[in-house]
Amino acid sequence: MPLRLSDTDRKMLGGGHGEGASLAMRIMVRWAQACGADELMDVAQAHIDGCGLLSEAGLEFAETLAGRGAKVAIPTTLNMGPLDLRNWRDFGVPEDFAAMAIRQAEAYTRMGCIPTWTCAPYQGYLTPRFGRQIAWGESNAVAYANSVLGARTNMYGDYSDICAAVTGRVPRQGLHLTRNRKGQILIRLAGFDPADLGDDAFWPAFGHLLGPLAGDRVPVIEGLPADATDDQLKALCAAAASSGAVALLHAVGVTPEAATLSEALQGEEPAETFDIRPADLEAAARDLSTAEEGAPLDLVLAGCPHFSFAEFRKLADLVRAAGHTARMGGKSRVAFIVITSTQSHALALRAGLPHVLTDFGVRITLDTCMFHTPMVGPDTKVVMTNSGKCAYYAPGELGVKVAFGSLADCVRSAALGRVCRRAHP
Amino acid sequence: MTRRLTGNPVVPGAAEGVALVAAEPLSFWGGLNTATGEIVDRRHELSGRIVTGRVFVLPRGKGSSTASACLLESIRAGTAPAAIITSRIDPVLALGAIVADELYGRSVPIVVLPEEAFRSIQDGDRLTVEPDGAVTVDSPDGA
Repeated sequence: MPLRLSDTDRKMLGGGHGEGASLAMRIMVRWAQACGADELMDVAQAHIDGCGLLSEAGLEFAETLAGRGAKVAIPTTLNMGPLDLRNWRDFGVPEDFAAMAIRQAEAYTRMGCIPTWTCAPYQGYLTPRFGRQIAWGESNAVAYANSVLGARTNMYGDYSDICAAVTGRVPRQGLHLTRNRKGQILIRLAGFDPADLGDDAFWPAFGHLLGPLAGDRVPVIEGLPADATDDQLKALCAAAASSGAVALLHAVGVTPEAATLSEALQGEEPAETFDIRPADLEAAARDLSTAEEGAPLDLVLAGCPHFSFAEFRKLADLVRAAGHTARMGGKSRVAFIVITSTQSHALALRAGLPHVLTDFGVRITLDTCMFHTPMVGPDTKVVMTNSGKCAYYAPGELGVKVAFGSLADCVRSAALGRVCRRAHP
Repeated sequence: MTRRLTGNPVVPGAAEGVALVAAEPLSFWGGLNTATGEIVDRRHELSGRIVTGRVFVLPRGKGSSTASACLLESIRAGTAPAAIITSRIDPVLALGAIVADELYGRSVPIVVLPEEAFRSIQDGDRLTVEPDGAVTVDSPDGA
């Protein structure tokens, strides 16, 4: 079926809104046709993932659009970027890389994007409302926006995100439409103690397990606690969007389109039902680690997705407690990096938290991601993280062995200089 | 033996090459080194294999929305597959191929084959992809 375009779409396509908008609309139209959409629809805001990776092609694309005068038509936030724009020299980032990254940042801000530079935009500025049609990139943010906020977005890959922001239009299909948000498979948690779910390692491990189980179907989860925190759901969504393609999940009694099981399933029956037991979770947590227990540790990474204020507070409590334990010595023996946004960092500063972390040996980096900025050197062999997403990608992206554990495990291991977890999750 | 399969030309184009077949989905970001064309997802069955110049046959992509950027960069760098065949439309991969065409005037054709036809392709088959979505399969002797 041919793609139907509005008069405004056609005008933009023909150059009536400038050359930059015309290029963005041409890509949007070709992409909509490739995806089999029959028309475009309006979106109210956008979040750009394409500003994150630094590549010659990506920079060329951003500068081409900006150079042709493209401007965003809707409020648009930026994902993490390839550079800590304030502190990059402290992390040994090469000058030529930084220069390229700054050019890319300038191209996106020149187009009118808001310089949020965070992969957790749902914990910062311009959080989308329930039911709102949006165009977001960044797989963890997409899963969170759809699942936890109940906003509606497909996963807008680089560089459809900026094209959506410039045109204000996206293909009308996928998770924008109510019928496609129906839960398709049921995942039941069986035999868990409430304490298991209180362990922060549960959430990324469960997400890691969920990704391959769901495939491209929308999973409905029964048995998660109604008082799950934003950070627990963030960890779940990020891991499920890494090990699989989960862009929407429903948690009965937790997420806004799943007050009941029947609502999540839109009154239908699940195609398949899976019971997940504690042993499955233990296997998933083991699968996230490639480093052995007791391995000498080089680096701890936390803040994937970006650390929230609540996570700063939790880490500060943990390192304070470590300071009182003689065996741990009160200091990290290894490099310890926390990655966050300027917004969460500003709150943490107001609460006096960063200096507690700095005293322990933590370094804080803003705006960026350990996978997109060259801050992890070749001497780093073993990395520990509390993030399912980081654990999933680190072996391939950083060429390291990785140990997955809770934030408390990370602090304990840092203080001891080796991977030291209690049995988990 | 030569067979002819009919697919949907999601990003139309002509290409030929030897099939590199993945049973599992792959994220091009975190899964592909765009400088070398190596599959670097150490959990993936094809870890260590090179996609460059091959017809990459995979069920679909997954994970990161940066996958399109990685496909674009690999096309610019000359490390991309000759063509991509999937069993369902992968919007993120399609995007990388379309932006490459707009920016550089060259791309990687992407064809979606019906499930059965998709599964009939074996690693090492010689494939010819045509702009109308037809895929000709030459299986090596004895296969």
